[in-house]
Amino acid sequence: MKNAITDSLIITKRQLLQLARVPEVLIFSTIQPVMFVLLFRFVFGGSISTGQPGGYVQLLMPGIFVQTVAFTLAATASGLAEDMKKGLIDRFRSLPIARSALVVGRTLGDSLLNILVLVVMAAAGFAVGWRPTASVLSVFSAFVFLLLFGYALSWTGIYAGLAVKDARTVQNVSFLITFPMTFLSNAFAPTTGMPKALQYVAEWNPVSTMVAACRQLFGLQNQFGATANSFPSQHPLTTSIFYMILIMVIFVPLSVRKYKNSSN
Amino acid sequence: MKSIIAQNLVKTYRNGEVKALDDLSIDVEEGTVLSVLGPNGAGKTTTVRILATLLKPDSGSATVSGVDVIKHPDKVRELIGLSGQYAAVDETLTGWDNLVMFGRLYHLGKAASIKRAEDLLERFSLTESARRPIKTYSGGMRRRLDLAASLIVQPKVLFLDEPTTGLDPRGRQEMWEVIQELVKGGVTLLLTTQYLEEADQLADEIAVIDHGKVIARGTSDALKKQVGGERLEITVENADITKAQEIIARISGTATHTDVRTISAPVTTGSIALMDALRALDEAKIHPLDIGLKRPSLDDVFLSLTGHVAEEEVKA
Repeated sequence: MKNAITDSLIITKRQLLQLARVPEVLIFSTIQPVMFVLLFRFVFGGSISTGQPGGYVQLLMPGIFVQTVAFTLAATASGLAEDMKKGLIDRFRSLPIARSALVVGRTLGDSLLNILVLVVMAAAGFAVGWRPTASVLSVFSAFVFLLLFGYALSWTGIYAGLAVKDARTVQNVSFLITFPMTFLSNAFAPTTGMPKALQYVAEWNPVSTMVAACRQLFGLQNQFGATANSFPSQHPLTTSIFYMILIMVIFVPLSVRKYKNSSN
Repeated sequence: MKSIIAQNLVKTYRNGEVKALDDLSIDVEEGTVLSVLGPNGAGKTTTVRILATLLKPDSGSATVSGVDVIKHPDKVRELIGLSGQYAAVDETLTGWDNLVMFGRLYHLGKAASIKRAEDLLERFSLTESARRPIKTYSGGMRRRLDLAASLIVQPKVLFLDEPTTGLDPRGRQEMWEVIQELVKGGVTLLLTTQYLEEADQLADEIAVIDHGKVIARGTSDALKKQVGGERLEITVENADITKAQEIIARISGTATHTDVRTISAPVTTGSIALMDALRALDEAKIHPLDIGLKRPSLDDVFLSLTGHVAEEEVKA
């Protein structure tokens, strides 16, 4: 057990070393979300009326935070697929290390990267007028919550990476899933403007419940599309926790089994 | 004592459609080198992957240093080193980073991992490029680093799966020297290759496999003997090929094999056959571009065993 943990941490450290050796990756993975913050803030911010003191950016930031951690799926999946293709996985599997180490290490590494990206984004948000009004503890727990969501999605990425085995393909597939998921939600615009059927989907979408939960934790009363009385809109925090547990319960065993049986 | 024993291994892919291993059995004496020689798709990599615990066979059994690879894969992993067809190292990291990481994963501890990494870099002439990312390395350097990574804990049994495939002649020569040096240290080595010359150079024994089965086994010399003695080989101008074929066929008493302008056939009388051939060619006013007696190569072995040439299969 002790070895399983140190093995995982060595794999995590490898990912951090990669970032140190190729800093471009880090720069571009932070530039993209910052760009989103600025684009949405200045392109839509003026035309979407929110009735929210402090304006659109207060509602926007939780949305972009969730979108960014949702993209962890693609990062994990393509990183793992890349390792598979280069035969690195075979080498790791021929070592006397815990079988779970490689996948656990990678999910941890991707979460560490998320911390960094979230910090940079929060700073960018702050620069363009984002001001959470809740207590420090509440704001802090929102970030912990975001990291946990990213971590859970990382496990779906492990499964996707092992299943697809090609870095570029799996990245495209992941975006095909995460893009509609983040836009079919309350993240950037009110769900009330959507057709009825889509509204229903948007309300139950884990991205929406995550965004709503973060907005609560950041101290916002107003929610896009919170006119509905559905369970997820009423209890976004509980629903989000349920989703995270559900994702982990399904994908951790699935991924570990897939990894054990994987051979090119 | 046998270091590696594989018995009746069967492995099929795609629900039995493709039979990668078809009742394959091999064994390797401790401290010796067995080369598994065969064309692409013969089952070489599958054999290595099963022995290195990466793959489970459909049936059959195997032990490495007496440990069952199917029942106790964890124990086997502590005893073996594996270097695959492509360099399985992290290309974004430096050579030093990689070796230290693998040392840590073998639970050597930090100081010992660094020491071991530096020793190995020195031994494989990679010290100068130790701090550069692997992606800047040449093919030969990558393979050496990959080999170094498989030697971190001084394995008792080493598997090298096509260690020189894709390398230029110089890289291949360097790799051979490194492997020969290793073998002197007493490691048991199972090496797969599609290069007959490589098997000839490095192996104590050769197992020729084709379609998932061992079709011949023995020392390089024994295999060559199995094919027969010397061959008479002559190269002539295009215009003279037909006539020369007749002459060689008459002298050897068997069918000839023609490869572009080179005609060859087995002979039993050695230099007498050579002189007969020269005389007959002179009478026919044919001036050979090249003529000589050749001892059988492993190419000939392969041809006579499988009915096809190894290199041709590779291109297909």
